[in-house]
Amino acid sequence: MLVLAGGLVACKPPPQPRHDLDPAAIARGREAVIKAGCAACHAFPDIDWPKGRAGPALTAFDGVGPIAGTLPNTPGNLAAFVRNSPAAKPGSSMPAMPLTPREARDVAEYLYGIADDR
Amino acid sequence: MTDDAGAFDAWWGWPPPVLDPAGPYADSVTVLAWALFAMGVVVTLVVVAALYVALAGPARWKARLGGERSIWILGIAFPGVVLIGLLVWGLTLTASLTDAITGDEPRIRVTGHMWWFDVEYLDRQGRVVLRDANELHLPVGQPVVLELRSADVIHSFWVPNLSGKEDMVPGRTNLLKVQADRVGRFGGVCAEYCGGPHALMGFVTVAHGADDYRRWLTGERVATAPADPQAVPGVMPSATRRTPASATVTGLNGLNGQQVFMDSGCAACHRVEGTGANGMSGPDLTHVARRLSLGAGVLPNNRGTLIGWIADSQSIKPGNRMPTYNMLSADELEAIAIWLEQPR
Repeated sequence: MLVLAGGLVACKPPPQPRHDLDPAAIARGREAVIKAGCAACHAFPDIDWPKGRAGPALTAFDGVGPIAGTLPNTPGNLAAFVRNSPAAKPGSSMPAMPLTPREARDVAEYLYGIADDR
Repeated sequence: MTDDAGAFDAWWGWPPPVLDPAGPYADSVTVLAWALFAMGVVVTLVVVAALYVALAGPARWKARLGGERSIWILGIAFPGVVLIGLLVWGLTLTASLTDAITGDEPRIRVTGHMWWFDVEYLDRQGRVVLRDANELHLPVGQPVVLELRSADVIHSFWVPNLSGKEDMVPGRTNLLKVQADRVGRFGGVCAEYCGGPHALMGFVTVAHGADDYRRWLTGERVATAPADPQAVPGVMPSATRRTPASATVTGLNGLNGQQVFMDSGCAACHRVEGTGANGMSGPDLTHVARRLSLGAGVLPNNRGTLIGWIADSQSIKPGNRMPTYNMLSADELEAIAIWLEQPR
């Protein structure tokens, strides 16, 4: 079974990163996520605690579909959404978070970094 | 919104560093701790050396090590001298921990609950002038006396930067003198296992300059925010508080947060000064907006974490006594959060 699974993986085309990800930005974004307390509502794969359940789990952030179901999935939109989601998507149930624009861009990188599409 | 100026500073001092004294009462304990570590290393080295000799040393050394003389020296004289010396020196070093209490020190009563700290600032007559939770504000360079109590089981109060541990025992008041010699935020923890989420029972100590401290105390009593929230340590950075001045009662979505708070039963456990909410079994929420942390020192305090905490505190701090309120809609949660954020 394992051999079969391994064979299937080997047959896949080489992974095609969707975004140019900067490891430093990803690390800064993760720091910002921890500091702002995003994990109070969202579960992240590499943050042990807390793993809040009030919002969707981001353990495999999908960079393919639209952000929060409506916004075109661009880094700019994602950064705007994590920083001030009611402004980026009127009616969003996620509140604005205390992030600087710079931190918001890093958080977007971090989220794309845990995407399932690589 | 362009609030780059309000770069978020969420370092609220928790979990605390344990070997970084910030005042005289922590200083002596830290020196003693280092001395004990050092002696521990020396004794370990002696034991390892003796073990090596016993196993692989020359026969002459082995015989000497097994002789009566080495038992007298290494087994009785060495530990006797070292232990008595450390005891005398340690007692002298930490004598300041039992400094006489003059009665002139500001008094703050801290009561341990499962799993949070109730904090009451007392005036000279022992009356409560301000009730807060999970956060202790001190003037720099001045000894402060803490009246430590417990409402349920035995807890232990520990701010490693400021002093050693002191138990909080039901039915008893323990006094602990603390002093911070520098401005800063110092984390604290409950240092006695008290059940459930004991490991998530923390708090924050904020040491202010004398003027800042006075402004902090009086500012809260007259319910006016300081001119520049960034200037006073312990006050949330402006970036985290986005409520427009006009939204004092009504949430962004038109709901009345106070109404939702009352209707959801929050007032059964929480008190908010100036309203009908007078529950005493949970933390006082009058000044919750100005605290650095939520959930007793474990989360940074901003609208997002506040909403997440109200909605499902059990996923953040499993077993804590606040039920999950995930039946509330996002609008209702936000209305409560916005109402709680109002300065009082």
